[in-house]
Amino acid sequence: MSDETLARGKVRVFGDDINTDYIVPSHRKKRTIDPDLLRHHIFEDICAGFYEELEGPTILVAGRNFGCGSAMEIAVTVLQRAGIEAVVATSFARTFKRNAINNGLLLCEVDAGEVPEDTPARVCLRDGALALELGERLLSPAQLPAFMLDILRSGGLVPYLRRNGGFQI
Amino acid sequence: MNDEFRHEENDMPRPRTMAEKLLSRAANRPLVAGEVAVCKPDYAMGTDGSIPMALDYLGEMLEGHERGPFAPDRVVFALDHYDSTSGAGALLLQARARDYAQAHAITLFDVGDGIGHQLMMERGHAAPGRLLVGADSHATSYGAFNCFGTGIGSSDLAGILFCGALWLEVPSSIRIVLDGQFAPGVGAKDVALYLARTLDAGGATYKALEFTGPGLANLDMDDRIVLANMSVELGAKAGLFPHDAVLAQHLDEIGVDGVTAVTADPDAPYVHTLTVDIGRLRPQIALPHRVDNVIDLADAPRTRVDVVYLGTCTGGRLRDYAEALEILTAAGRIARDVQVIVTPASRSIREAMERTGMIEQFRGLGAQLESPGCGACCGTCGPIPAANQKIISSANRNFRGRMGNADAEIYLASPVSCARAAVEGAFGQEA
Ligand code: SF4
Repeated sequence: MSDETLARGKVRVFGDDINTDYIVPSHRKKRTIDPDLLRHHIFEDICAGFYEELEGPTILVAGRNFGCGSAMEIAVTVLQRAGIEAVVATSFARTFKRNAINNGLLLCEVDAGEVPEDTPARVCLRDGALALELGERLLSPAQLPAFMLDILRSGGLVPYLRRNGGFQI
Repeated sequence: MNDEFRHEENDMPRPRTMAEKLLSRAANRPLVAGEVAVCKPDYAMGTDGSIPMALDYLGEMLEGHERGPFAPDRVVFALDHYDSTSGAGALLLQARARDYAQAHAITLFDVGDGIGHQLMMERGHAAPGRLLVGADSHATSYGAFNCFGTGIGSSDLAGILFCGALWLEVPSSIRIVLDGQFAPGVGAKDVALYLARTLDAGGATYKALEFTGPGLANLDMDDRIVLANMSVELGAKAGLFPHDAVLAQHLDEIGVDGVTAVTADPDAPYVHTLTVDIGRLRPQIALPHRVDNVIDLADAPRTRVDVVYLGTCTGGRLRDYAEALEILTAAGRIARDVQVIVTPASRSIREAMERTGMIEQFRGLGAQLESPGCGACCGTCGPIPAANQKIISSANRNFRGRMGNADAEIYLASPVSCARAAVEGAFGQEA
């Protein structure tokens, strides 16, 4: 049985319908689009001090419709630069999902139910299928189509297109 | 129906939805829901909010070399989110987008021309049969034109600049059957809010909405654009409308011809069908801070308002202003201490307002006129609300902080309901 760790971290928990403006407010990106600067503002409107409280690799666990609203891609790259290794949610808004895949941010689409803050989590590929360990529990997230997994595992659209010179389906 | 589709249909195992047919055309092969395909968009639009990041991605794809886009005639840049009030950083980001467009012969809508989505529709880019993508979520608006319009990110836009294509998963569709005719004072925005109330903010995630039914004949293009625009607030990938007499006449008026109408097959499979009798609908309002936190306006508690915002890609078109003015001029006033902000969606809308005397009327009533564009919609330019202010807006989103101040409250309603609140300085009923 093959088992490859894709992401590991401690859990921070959010509810349903976390929109991209909550991840980082639109008005913050008019001054700069540097995610190293913008990461200080993640979740500032709904969870002040979130960035300062982060300790090491983190996995977000959320409810339905994570990443809804604006399609701004910076909402994915700021999470990555803040040390978010993966996002687990019952469902994702489609633009957030594609932006995550295109940047190599790991997504797990699964209803994780009640999860205590700071639960250790690990996402892995087990015999080619995504699996999620949450504390003692093992969950099976929705499988991504092979094409999307290929882009994700390439590290995103930039390395994918550089390698292939175009799209291969 | 053209030959291309007739040919494909012979090979198809089952009837197809409008979404499946539109994406089949863009991928040049027959597709059904759930398949992932590489599609060539007829047009890709980026905004000053998304282009700078796309140019960063493109630079990385080209390993530092600079070159023009794969197909410059299929790319449109719109500088709509920022203006001189947005600060030096925003203007630098904007200048990068402008310089790239000018260097590589990309169509550029510059500051003051209006909101990119509005211009894509006004200038004939949105037309039946096409695939249009926009690096901005409200690209769903184009679905009003019987084309597939959907939002993408900056890396997708970079990919299109790099090789002229993007990957898309073909969505399944929810059918929305509209029946009846609007009661006075009720409009498309009320239908959109009612759909958010019924399906909720994630109710159509990964799916396309396909609007149909006898009520469509009573919806003009502005109505359809509102519904297609706000489809994304339900999580939809697209909000699609058929080609019919209303659209044909509009295309004729704006000089678009040679189009390929795309029709859903009669027995196409839908995951869900929702019928709305628009004649029974009453004015709706979304309460802070969620677009699906919707109730009948008549059931809202009495709430005083500080700002009335009339604008955006949802509620900043000519008819929106005509309807609002009808109410404001009948009352002859705007309530004291209420600031009414008017931000037309495009320069041509503003010019039509000048010609018809609407600008004068708004000025005479004391409204504040802003330059065409996104304006205060997402806090990137124009007036920012103060802490504790309550805003009733013809926009599409009321997330906390959306207009640039997390301590303001945003309510969403139709232009008519917004105008009524402007007259009374409040909305809802006394307890
Ligand atoms: S008007 Fe508002 S919703 Fe529309 S494109 Fe501009 S910022 Fe986005």
